[in-house]
Amino acid sequence: MSNTIDRSMALTGEPPKALNLNQKLATLFGMGGMGILILALFNINFQNRGLWLTLSLLAISGGIIWFTFASYIHKQPGIKNDGVMFKSISSRGFWGWIAGIALTGFYIVLYFYPQYLGLTKDGDNTGLIALFDPLSKLLSGNPASQWFVYGTLYTVAILAFGIKFLYKYRHNAYERLRTISVMFFQTAFAFLIPELMARLNGEGFSLPYYDLKNIWPLNYYNFERYRVNSFIDAGDIGLALLIFGILSIFVITPILTYKYGKRWYCSWVCGCGGLAETAGDSFRQLSDKSLFAWRVERWVVHSVVVFVTLMTTAVIYSYLGNDTSKYWLTKTTFLIGVATILTAIFAWVMIYKREQLKKDAIYGAVGYFVIIIALIGIHFFSGDGNVFLFKSETLRKTYSFLIGSIFSGVIGTGFYPIFGNRVWCRFGCPMAAILGFQQRLFSKFRITTNGGQCISCGNCSTYCEMGIDVRAYAQKGQNIVRSSCVGCGICSAVCPRGVLKLENGPTKGRINSQDVLLGNDVDLMQLVNENK
Amino acid sequence: MEKIIIIGNGIAGVTAARHIRKLSDKEITIISAETDYFFSRTALMYVYMGHMKFEHTQPYENWFWKKNRIDLINGYVEKVNPKEQSLQLQNGQQIPYDQLILATGSKPNKFGWPGQDLKGVQGLVSKQDLDALEENAPNNKVCKRAVVVGGGLIGIELCEMLRSREIPVTFIVREDSFWNGVLPNGESQLINEHIKEHHIDLRLGMNLGEIHGDESGRVKAITIKETGEVIECQMVGLTAGVTPNIDFLEDSGIELGRGIKVNRYLETNFPNIYAIGDCAEQHEAIGNRRPIEAVWYTGRMMGETVAQTICGNKTKYNPGHWFNSAKFLDIEYQTYGWVFSERNKKEYEKHFHWRHPEEKVCITMAYHADTDKFLGLNTFGIRMRHEVFDRWLTEERSADYVLEHLEDANFDPEFYKAYENPIVAKYNSDTGSRIQTKKKSWKRILSLGA
Repeated sequence: MSNTIDRSMALTGEPPKALNLNQKLATLFGMGGMGILILALFNINFQNRGLWLTLSLLAISGGIIWFTFASYIHKQPGIKNDGVMFKSISSRGFWGWIAGIALTGFYIVLYFYPQYLGLTKDGDNTGLIALFDPLSKLLSGNPASQWFVYGTLYTVAILAFGIKFLYKYRHNAYERLRTISVMFFQTAFAFLIPELMARLNGEGFSLPYYDLKNIWPLNYYNFERYRVNSFIDAGDIGLALLIFGILSIFVITPILTYKYGKRWYCSWVCGCGGLAETAGDSFRQLSDKSLFAWRVERWVVHSVVVFVTLMTTAVIYSYLGNDTSKYWLTKTTFLIGVATILTAIFAWVMIYKREQLKKDAIYGAVGYFVIIIALIGIHFFSGDGNVFLFKSETLRKTYSFLIGSIFSGVIGTGFYPIFGNRVWCRFGCPMAAILGFQQRLFSKFRITTNGGQCISCGNCSTYCEMGIDVRAYAQKGQNIVRSSCVGCGICSAVCPRGVLKLENGPTKGRINSQDVLLGNDVDLMQLVNENK
Repeated sequence: MEKIIIIGNGIAGVTAARHIRKLSDKEITIISAETDYFFSRTALMYVYMGHMKFEHTQPYENWFWKKNRIDLINGYVEKVNPKEQSLQLQNGQQIPYDQLILATGSKPNKFGWPGQDLKGVQGLVSKQDLDALEENAPNNKVCKRAVVVGGGLIGIELCEMLRSREIPVTFIVREDSFWNGVLPNGESQLINEHIKEHHIDLRLGMNLGEIHGDESGRVKAITIKETGEVIECQMVGLTAGVTPNIDFLEDSGIELGRGIKVNRYLETNFPNIYAIGDCAEQHEAIGNRRPIEAVWYTGRMMGETVAQTICGNKTKYNPGHWFNSAKFLDIEYQTYGWVFSERNKKEYEKHFHWRHPEEKVCITMAYHADTDKFLGLNTFGIRMRHEVFDRWLTEERSADYVLEHLEDANFDPEFYKAYENPIVAKYNSDTGSRIQTKKKSWKRILSLGA
């Protein structure tokens, strides 16, 4: 009986689905800004590009902010999910599909056909990219590229939708702080600093474009030859950046994840997370919560980790030579090093954390470990040649196409309105998988379930962007300790009974499980929960 | 194999089924006329408001039941025949049982108001009620005004639902302040104010006189008893409490009062028939509890308990410390232990009340006038840790101790404003105590290293 849903569909134009006059005007205003970009895309030549670009970006941001106030100003602070399931944009309806197709199309052009955006190799840019030239020249001194256009729009999206999020959750200090943080890291670290760093480049000194918060393996190209060379050539500063890149993954990340869980990155710092939490907030309820989806997620995301590890190893291996003047590291020591690190991690997990792993996780870990070590072994026994059977360049290109472009861009963001805002983070991001692995096994972070207070309503699960069935834990009185949790805090925010709290506490007592919940007979609780 | 039949697939019946399955291999069948699968009744409001779709309110995926060998029958039980150990469905089918669990829940109270059966008059308990609401109040064109009668938890939820579709709502409350049979005055007052902030036309101290219908038998207006005022409306919500849903048992021989009479083992007068959840009525109230407890949590606890008994470990229903929670529009409410309203207060019960000067945040603590023993706490707009309060109640802590250690119990999200200091300052000035707040300690919270 889907009586309710059918009737809701027939609600055309009624609150809470309908837009009020102000929302309509705001939409029109923002679309005006988009219109300027579209005109530029079709090669309308604007005389004063700086002015038109400014107008366009201001209109887009202004439209979003106007829309925000039109939506929430007449309401009390609190949860603002009225009509989410009725609106076609947020419930995979007509506008959802239109938005999905438009975004996907944009990403395909951006990644594979930038010439249609006006990118010109020799000579002046045209079209949309030319419109961004004045801003790019102002920041870095160089003409714009398709990536500059993308970066600018990306930042504008995080900032404008960030303001929307801030106002929507104005009663929630955790959400406010977290959003200010992603807005800051996007604007400063992803957008401004790399552009300004490019200004430093000149004769005899050149740094690669480096978003400092973008850590390997999310930044899968960080240790490619051209980058490492240019780090090394840039002297102390370059070397410092290279070392920072290595420390980020091996030292900084594990410490922060131990203390705060992976949220310190995924929902406070990361740019992908930043976009998902702001522009993608309207789509969080679309993630798939089925057990099946979770199984797919575990296999896919961990396969990406294995892939990126193999690819990076092969790439680094390929350029390490016997030329000790540049690289003191030789091919052999490097491979042995990689094998040692992987073996150590594998052994640690199998010895100390085995009881926390499900059967398929153990199969997966053993399987992948055997494959990697075998591949490294084959290399040693077969003499010089291609490490891991393929040419490193083939691996690199495949990874960059499949994962770097298709998965993170086209599917990851293009499909927001269809599969939810964290498809990439959940199924594809190797960084999230590594942080998650640590969060699951070695971290103080958990979402505490508040005794017996859960009423199984399902708000937490519905609004979990990572597709975690939060309720399944909460209604068992069990804390939520899941590798995929990015700590956005929305489950806790939407809970009507105050059941969930994100917190960092002692690792002892972090994972609990109860069959009989708090509130019942204490003897019965003891009997049942201890007999498990 | 022993055959267990459970009538009702709400939280009580489903919890019983899950626990019986954990403990045994018995044949389990759940019969419900309401829906095919278990859903969270408390979440119905969010479906109407568009926060969730109906399927989101189902805590288990549809394959769960088959996998756990819990058979589901969608049917209406017309008769129970304890002597033959069988029941009869509306379609005539006879189903035998070895053990029967009655978990049939509640239905809305109707107090014989003229016009209470007109079209457009409804309660809000079942999935069918939700469907009816979509019919009666789909939007503010069809339903230009709604009237909600009865100032309890369902009433205020129904108001919130209707307001989400911008339907003007008149809320008729018998008491002179919202829910003040349960809440102390300060809290009740805070909610009165919040109701008005949400543009709900709150009528305190009023009763429904009559519901008027038009020629097609559909509601068109109501009269307020006290003033005679006629309010035009297209929908009337009756939310003046609920009553056990037991009409079908009338001639069964099962002992009935307002609910199904049960002893502490949740047994009826037939040894192999049990009643749990909203429909069960204890012969004698347990502690300060009511004989009929129509609360989600108690339904679940009774389900947990009866499963033990049925699986051979005869267990008394012996609930621990009272707790409950609700959300009034935007304000969350939690309670631990017993805090009574002025109307129902015990003579030894003393209250300490603190309210934030601007925000809608307040607490009321009840403690023993003579011994200072902590009795209970209500919070509005502050979340508290259930385990900590449960422990304090068991340990019979003093009011001073509880307030000193209040930071241990705080369960608000990180970075939220803390209110412990102003609370303790007010307490000190009210009572002449000189306590100070202690810093949060994980050791105490999780009882580590004790």
